[in-house]
Amino acid sequence: MSGEHNIVYPYIPNSVPEIKKAMLDELGMESVENIYKEIPDRLRFKGEMNIPAPILSEARLQRHVEKILSKNKNCKENISFLGGGTWNHYVPAVCDTIGGRDEILTSYVGEAFSDHGKFQILFESESMLGDLTGFDVCNTPTYDWANAIAITSRMAARTTGRKEILVSEATGPQRKLINKNYCKPDITVVEIKFDFNNMRLDLDDLRSKISEKTACVYFENPSYLGFIETQGEEIVKIAHEKGALVAIGVDPTSLGVLEAPGDYGADYAVGELQPLGIHMSYGGGLGGFIACRDEEKFVAEYPSLLFGVLPTIKEGEYGFGQVAFERTSYGSREKGKDFIGTCAALHGMIAAVYLALTGPQGMIDLGKGIMQRVAYAKAELTKLDGIRVYEGYNFKEFVVNFDSSGKSVKEVNKVLLKRNIFGGLDLTKDFPTLGESALYAITEMISKEDIDALVKALKEI
Amino acid sequence: MSKAYLRKNFHEARWDEPMIYELSTPGTRGILIPEVEDEIVAAVGDVAASLPKNVRRKAPLLLPEVDQKHVLAHYIHLTQETMGSNISNDLSEGTCTMKYNPRLSEAMALNNNFAELHPEQDVETVQGILEIFYKFEHIMKEISGMDKFSFQPGGGNHAVYCAASVMRAYHASRKDSKRDTIITTIFSHPCDAAAPCTAGYNVITIYPDERGVPDIEAFKKAVEETGDHLAGIFMTNPEDIGIYNPNIDRFADLVHSVGGLCYYDQANANAFLGVVRAREAGFDMCHFNVHKTFGTPHGGEGPANGAFGCREFLTKFMPKPTVEFDGEKYYLDFDRPESFGKVREYIGTAGVILRAYSWVMMHGAEGIKECAEISVLNNNYLEKLLLSIKGCGEAFLGNGITRQEQCRYSWEELYKDTGVGTDNINKRINDYGIPWYWASHHPWVIPQPMTLEPCETYSKCDLEEYYETLKQVADEAYTNPEIVLSAPHNSAAHDLANSADLDDPTKWAITWRAFLKKHGDKYVKVK
Repeated sequence: MSGEHNIVYPYIPNSVPEIKKAMLDELGMESVENIYKEIPDRLRFKGEMNIPAPILSEARLQRHVEKILSKNKNCKENISFLGGGTWNHYVPAVCDTIGGRDEILTSYVGEAFSDHGKFQILFESESMLGDLTGFDVCNTPTYDWANAIAITSRMAARTTGRKEILVSEATGPQRKLINKNYCKPDITVVEIKFDFNNMRLDLDDLRSKISEKTACVYFENPSYLGFIETQGEEIVKIAHEKGALVAIGVDPTSLGVLEAPGDYGADYAVGELQPLGIHMSYGGGLGGFIACRDEEKFVAEYPSLLFGVLPTIKEGEYGFGQVAFERTSYGSREKGKDFIGTCAALHGMIAAVYLALTGPQGMIDLGKGIMQRVAYAKAELTKLDGIRVYEGYNFKEFVVNFDSSGKSVKEVNKVLLKRNIFGGLDLTKDFPTLGESALYAITEMISKEDIDALVKALKEI
Repeated sequence: MSKAYLRKNFHEARWDEPMIYELSTPGTRGILIPEVEDEIVAAVGDVAASLPKNVRRKAPLLLPEVDQKHVLAHYIHLTQETMGSNISNDLSEGTCTMKYNPRLSEAMALNNNFAELHPEQDVETVQGILEIFYKFEHIMKEISGMDKFSFQPGGGNHAVYCAASVMRAYHASRKDSKRDTIITTIFSHPCDAAAPCTAGYNVITIYPDERGVPDIEAFKKAVEETGDHLAGIFMTNPEDIGIYNPNIDRFADLVHSVGGLCYYDQANANAFLGVVRAREAGFDMCHFNVHKTFGTPHGGEGPANGAFGCREFLTKFMPKPTVEFDGEKYYLDFDRPESFGKVREYIGTAGVILRAYSWVMMHGAEGIKECAEISVLNNNYLEKLLLSIKGCGEAFLGNGITRQEQCRYSWEELYKDTGVGTDNINKRINDYGIPWYWASHHPWVIPQPMTLEPCETYSKCDLEEYYETLKQVADEAYTNPEIVLSAPHNSAAHDLANSADLDDPTKWAITWRAFLKKHGDKYVKVK
């Protein structure tokens, strides 16, 4: 065995040679080759894996990994205005404490009697997301916002029996791409124009494209570009008149101040969990949610796990279980709804902790404060020559145009980087209509001093 | 040597915990949000209040109002009512490879130079994390023999979906539009059927022969009948019953002979690291459940990672961007015109990759092979013990094939003798501190199944404790079945009063607000 070098690995208790030998003896075996004999020789790998030599001690390994990580620059020691799908929000220490507890961190698919706590946390998460969005149903997390849209598109197609989805042009570009791939086999995705003069959906274009074939209309509020859609009820009305459903993409941090989608007629709300107490982790912090109305025709089409609460046999005890399990591919393989597997449950649990901490007033303060900072930044940037800030109602994000400065977004961001500022996300490839524009995100982590530093730096460019 | 110990006086934490909503006291705060500076407020006023009325939130936000200490306590109570693998003898979850997840990895994942990285940062500022992606890709190539990897899929099933997308793009590039069918096997994970189906494929499922190996004659027939409609196969090996398919390369040859592609679901790869690879088996694509095989936490079902790998001729269809190195700098390559697109935002669950890289670096080639070898040794040791228990059998028992990394046991005999089935046993072992075990994916082809995977994490003592516990419960089934049939007794919670209500739209409650609407305060704890 490989253990002939007699390394005892701390994570492999039976790597102790004497234990291995005792176990082999018990089985009447000479070596594990007596087990691998079932693999034909022609299939065996006979080479050596070219993998770096091990760093056996934790102390040295930590040094090795941290040395590599030290080549990064982070958003804590620099000022970041990046958003567009992942945002630099505060992660409460309590979220780290709970999210790092071995009991849930290392749990998996246990049932509700032994993993009761995990079920309750996810149920509370579903519940609080329901409160935010104005719906009575919410799933356990999917991979990210993009996948939430994609799954909703297919759910809506099945519920309506229709095969066309209308999607706002001002949807996140990666989200569009992922949705399109998911719909590819049998659903047509049609883009609805965005009115870049007024920074809202082009209703004439919507009216011209919607029909009895439309399963669902999807738009984001605020849009990917940060503009609050003021025509929400009208869009819902236009869609419902044609028998189409409506899904609205939301940033959950906006819902302390912005109307809940369920309260202006949407059939689904989808969005991203990452702002709710989850570290950005280079895009690893994502988790999507899908909330909808508590009607069988909607619920029956989820591929996701849905955790429900009911009484147990012991009076006064809450018990949990999987609602309508047979609809999932775990229950029915390819006859289930799409497919399900491991997604991002831990992030749903952390979101529950976050929302319990912030409570209603915290979400209101968060939303209000972000809007005030954004308004201040827009006003200050507008004063600069060569910079145009697009007008409109913005939440968290807004578009800054550098056309008349003669500089590209790329050039501006390079200079900002030298001053330890991560400038806004470059929109030139995804939204060429906007010229040399960048998407600036401002969260509660950004102070007046940070905004002033940005303004000062841009003034000097 | 430590000795096995039956936890006769075990009791899981049971806090009788109310819902977070029931802990709410109006006006209480759990955390305060950074204040907006006075100068900003003076300059802009209350911006939210100046929004048009129709976009402002009108309904009250019904989130709970709880101070921080009680939020912390509430969620710690709930975590204590959960049996994660790091705190328990979780060889229970067969097919899931419940390894020890090192604490060091958790500490490193909270490093500011990782946790506080935005995925759209200038590549100059993320050279470290890109280096880890790039180096881990190299490791995966060595382990599998594939030519390129993407870490974009967020889990194993997502990698299968990614593979189906690549398969679709490949056939489309050849204008081969007839290929509308895939083949899988019944003991492969359900996603090997469901994800390609979602991607538009019809599914043919092959059942095992009398020895428990996918039936090659049935497979040949399916390939012949499907012919040029066959897009490819999606299968695991070993399948979930732990029997290595010695004909795996012949399956691949058959598929290739009619122009299809072969996808190897390597969810069960742990016992074969350095022993066999997808390349030698003739497969074109594969994935690894990084969260299973490479020592990263499962997170209660994610975040996870499905590392997708393929051979050179398919790399152009992979999701974009890829991580590349020009000799000096790491960069992201978005310029991939034949890529099918994306399955997830950005380049993957970076935390899983960071932890997995660390795990592999701690073991090296020899250490990961040691994992494989100890896994099969553990499994055979446990199998010998468990098959000595009266009433415990195994799928395809006596077929003469030595099991590899896991076994699908069967309590059919015990059930026939006593009326105690696998679901009952599963609940009763929890009374002895053993977490719920994986019975089987649906449908249950093997009656009264139990699937256990004692990977390298589990000590000899763990294996013996598991045996002692199952033996105790089996003895109880013969002598005092009622105690097993009425289990669990010492778990965090009891059985639902009526689990059929979970399928009843008038009774199911997926949120607290729905629960109150449907059931009033009838079952509410705090009235």
